[in-house]
Amino acid sequence: MSIKNYVTLEFPAVPENVEFARTAVACFASQINSFTLEEIDDIKLVVSEAISNTVLHSYGVSGGIVRLSAVRNDDTLCVTIEDFGKGIADVEQAKEPAFTTDPDRMGMGFTIMEALSDELRVSSVPGEGVKVEIRKSPHGTAKDSDEPEV
Amino acid sequence: MKIDVRVIGRVLVVGIFGELDLNTAPSFRDAVEEQLDSNPDINDILLIMRDVTFIDSSGLGVILGRYKRQRPHGGNVIVAAPSPQARKALELSGLAGIIPICDTEDEAWAKAVGV
Repeated sequence: MSIKNYVTLEFPAVPENVEFARTAVACFASQINSFTLEEIDDIKLVVSEAISNTVLHSYGVSGGIVRLSAVRNDDTLCVTIEDFGKGIADVEQAKEPAFTTDPDRMGMGFTIMEALSDELRVSSVPGEGVKVEIRKSPHGTAKDSDEPEV
Repeated sequence: MKIDVRVIGRVLVVGIFGELDLNTAPSFRDAVEEQLDSNPDINDILLIMRDVTFIDSSGLGVILGRYKRQRPHGGNVIVAAPSPQARKALELSGLAGIIPICDTEDEAWAKAVGV
C-alpha cells in the first residue's frame, strides 16, 4: 500500500482549534473522491470528538500541543491525533459510554468515534500522552492491516 | 454559530444556526440558561435544528444538560427538523432515545403545547 499524500499539523490544544482540525481533515479526506458527503461528515465528527477530548482532558491550565497527521494510502484515510499530556490510566474505562462526571457532557465521544470509524485505536502512557489512530475507507472498504500506515 | 431565542407562552423556542462544538456550545448553553433563569414559567424547550451544519458531543451535552434541568419540573426538550448530520449525531449518542425528535416545527410545537 503506497502513501499518496499526507499532512502533519501541530497546534495548541484550545477550543478554537477543534473546528480548524476537523475542517482541515475533511478537506484532506475529500481528495479521496469516493468518500460520500455523509462519510466526510462522519470523519469531521470523529476528528472533532478526538480533538475535543485532548482539549478537555490532556493538559491542565498550562495547555499543550496537539499533533495531527492525516495520510492517504490509496483509498484509505489514516488520521493520527497525539498529545503529550497527562495520559489516560485506564483506556478501556475511558472508552465506556457515559464515563463523565460533568452534567453538560455526554460521555459518548469514544462511542461515536468507534461507530463512525472502520478502525479506532487508542493508546496511552500515563504522564506521556495519548495517541488516537483512526482508519476509514469509502463505504467501509478498509483493507486489513496490523498497523495504520502513517 | 448563531442562535435565535424567543419565549412563546411557556415554551422557549431556540433556533440554532451553524456549528455546535466545544468552542461554541458554551454560548448556546449560556443563552438558554439566561432565558430559563429569567423566565421560571418556561416548561419546554423547542430546539429548531434545521440549520445546524455540525454538532458533536459537546453540543449534544448541552442539550442533555437542559433536559436534566427541565425534566424534574415536568418540562422537556424537543428537537425540531434536525439536519441530517444533527439527526445522525442525536441517534448515535442515544439522545434520540431520550428526547423527542420531530420532523417538522409544527409537529414539535404541537408536542410542546400538548395539542
